[in-house]
Amino acid sequence: MVTYIIRRLVTAVLILLGASFVVYQLTAAAGDPLEDLRASNAPNKDQLIAQRVALLDLGTPPPLRYFKWLGGAAQCVVPFVGKCDLGLAINGEPVADALGRAMGQTILLITAATVLAIVIGIALGIITALRQYSTLDYSVTFMAFLFFSLPIFWIAVLLKEFGAIGFNDFLRNPVFSPTSVIITAICMGIVVVLFMSGSVVRRLIGFAIGAAVTAGLMVALSATGWFRAPGLGPILILVFGLGVAYLITQLTAGIKNRKALYSSLIMVPIGLIAYYVLNPMFSNITGWGVLGLAVVTILVGCAVGYFMGGFDRGQSMRAASLTAFFVAGLVLLDRFMVEWPNYFSNGRIRGRPIATIGSSTPNLEGNWWIHNLDNFTHLLLPTIALLLVSLASYSRYSRASMLEIMQMDYIRTARAKGLPERTVVMRHAFRNALIPLATLVAFDIGGLIGGAVITERVFAFTGMGNLFVASLLPIPDPNPVMGVFLITGLLALVFNLIADLAYSVLDPRVRVKA
Amino acid sequence: MTTPNPTTPSGQLPEDLEADAVPEEVRGLSQNAIVRKRFIGNTPAVVSIVVFVLIALMAFTSIGFLGIPGWWHYGYEDFSTQINGGHPTFMNLFNWGDHPFGQDRIGRDYFAMTMRGTQQSIIIMFVIGAVGGFLGVVVGALSGYFRGWIEAVLMRIVDIIIIIPLLILAAVLGRIAGAHVSGNMATITLGAFIGVIIWTGLSRLVRGEFLSLREREFVDAAHIAGASNTRIMFKHILPNAVGVIIVNVTLLMSSAILLETALSFLGLGVRPPDVSLGSLISDNQEAFSTRPWLFWFPGLFIVAICLSINFIGDGLRDAFDPRQKKFNSKKAKDRGIHGSAVKDSASAAAIAERTEGGSAQPGPGSGDPGDGPSHRA
Repeated sequence: MVTYIIRRLVTAVLILLGASFVVYQLTAAAGDPLEDLRASNAPNKDQLIAQRVALLDLGTPPPLRYFKWLGGAAQCVVPFVGKCDLGLAINGEPVADALGRAMGQTILLITAATVLAIVIGIALGIITALRQYSTLDYSVTFMAFLFFSLPIFWIAVLLKEFGAIGFNDFLRNPVFSPTSVIITAICMGIVVVLFMSGSVVRRLIGFAIGAAVTAGLMVALSATGWFRAPGLGPILILVFGLGVAYLITQLTAGIKNRKALYSSLIMVPIGLIAYYVLNPMFSNITGWGVLGLAVVTILVGCAVGYFMGGFDRGQSMRAASLTAFFVAGLVLLDRFMVEWPNYFSNGRIRGRPIATIGSSTPNLEGNWWIHNLDNFTHLLLPTIALLLVSLASYSRYSRASMLEIMQMDYIRTARAKGLPERTVVMRHAFRNALIPLATLVAFDIGGLIGGAVITERVFAFTGMGNLFVASLLPIPDPNPVMGVFLITGLLALVFNLIADLAYSVLDPRVRVKA
Repeated sequence: MTTPNPTTPSGQLPEDLEADAVPEEVRGLSQNAIVRKRFIGNTPAVVSIVVFVLIALMAFTSIGFLGIPGWWHYGYEDFSTQINGGHPTFMNLFNWGDHPFGQDRIGRDYFAMTMRGTQQSIIIMFVIGAVGGFLGVVVGALSGYFRGWIEAVLMRIVDIIIIIPLLILAAVLGRIAGAHVSGNMATITLGAFIGVIIWTGLSRLVRGEFLSLREREFVDAAHIAGASNTRIMFKHILPNAVGVIIVNVTLLMSSAILLETALSFLGLGVRPPDVSLGSLISDNQEAFSTRPWLFWFPGLFIVAICLSINFIGDGLRDAFDPRQKKFNSKKAKDRGIHGSAVKDSASAAAIAERTEGGSAQPGPGSGDPGDGPSHRA
């Protein structure tokens, strides 16, 4: 195993060296770094050119310059030196600094989108596999192909138009028109029908209930001006919390496991009480405080599960801590909603909260809540865009993997020995279906940190992708290009290795050859 | 997809099917006839082919191609006075009006421009498919068949190419080729350049296929009969791998369309005054609130082409996979679903191969049976 890893790492280093040489020469061939200066009319033109030639060492021919650059870059991997010289950008800034900043932006951009795409994609894939060849399956397949066929910049422009500008206009007078209520209600009814199974009558009832609930909700939201001053309030938190508790227990332990059900249900009032007890300290909270509270929440959930006991403590603890986590999420959401009117009327926002470009509003003043709301409103559209285009691969992949698993002999065995379908699906099938996805997830994370070039460009995020394009066009600037390439290439190779190793760890049938 | 995936298509071949395993409805038919029959039975794929052919016909006949004039009365570079603010005049299928897709800011006919963009996309798609498919098949076949040092060298080259960002190549191309060629030649050059870098995933798949096929009895038989290596590779093994190749080239082509539009969007693809669907959207995204049609029509054409290619690829995969017992899903539902998982995993793999923009992102096809984990189930 160790030999194998070392061998792969050595190969990776050689590949990276080869590729970086090629990329360096290509960048040098891609254009003239002095182009803008040559065309300029500045009186000190010659001096400026000489300056830049000295800065970027343009006197040395590119093949030699590569080895100079390599000498600097190699210091990054020498431990304990703490010196990392990736060269200077065309504006004189050290590339290492620019890379650090860009990476932060990119991680901010892709984290939510990746996590959501994985969770939603896998859920859709599993559901469609369990209902193979149903109308739901066909609809999801069609949607997956459709989103997969959409150019991301096209979605981005549509989102900007309807998601940001349209929604901000709507917020000026947040009342739904009767037509939109009817259309949305019918659409939601159809969605409910797609997810349902059973006789026609049952489906019709489902349609009616889905449509009626949606219509009622929309009318109520309009009437109370909810969009201007949103909030869940204790009653809704309780209702949603109980719903979550039931759902999680059903998925993790089964409703029949009363101990687990009760421990989840107990978590809902505990969360609600904690909310109102801790409320005074929430206004000055920091990110670390929220993280600490999240950990405490999960620990409390575990404790409740442990003391509820039962024949299988682990199940109760799992159900209770998951429920606790989601209830805490509801509480957090409610607290954010409390802060929404302040954000909405903030002088920098002026009643148009959903942003179309950038990652934050400059010079925004406010507490932790306001700043995070600001981040959310900026991340909303790019996250949706990335989510839609990456959903297809996860849902198709997990569907395929689940279908394959469901035909295995051990699934038949599990059914034959009388296990409930929930256990068969969640315990025996689902977990094994996730194994091939580990590979996909590793690749995706490795690739995404390199930057979602188009998305960043359209939404004006100054992340890795944007840094790359901006340094390549219109004037090629070799050092930042090499910096981005180094990180992208390294991540691609490392995650490639991680994916292979993870696979052999998760699936004992697969062994690495030493 | 070669390695850890337990669905490596070893049962891809007709030889695998024993007499009693041959389903009733394909008995007595040749392999090609079976594939054709299955494909025709796949409604979405057939509809997609029709849609795609219609789009291609419309694009190439309307504004003409290679100097041959078309039936549309405007060219994509012709200016005319703006009528009614450039609004689209399309009323219904029989009354197109003068400018069915409207006019752009300076009065060019947008239908002609969209058709030109569609032409570009289709040309680039086929060039990428041809170049990328050829390179991928040759490299994959050589490394999979000969193994040894040839495989090691070729696969390391693949490793290097796969992490070189496409955007750099496009920028270099823009500098070198952009100055010398124009019109259709520029489009073909662009497609060829993209094809030269995009074949890596396919070559890994083909190599995996060759690795498993070269161990089979019919290859031994050919050896003993005295066939040369070239003959075995291209006459004996390749036809057996053709399913994987066709399917993946199709999916390569669908991602190629998006890639070309993305490059044009960044200003690295088709250069003005020529237009492509991506550059049309890129040029007009600011005008969405005032002239939305400038944005809708090219986008809809991209989606239509890409969606139909995807469905065709999906249909081909179903058709080429003999383990797929039934191609009619309705009946498949009644009969049980054995085998369909396999095609889906391949489909997902191909989808996952797609990269966004130009960032080098190895797809899950980068597993490496040579020195990667090997499957010993």
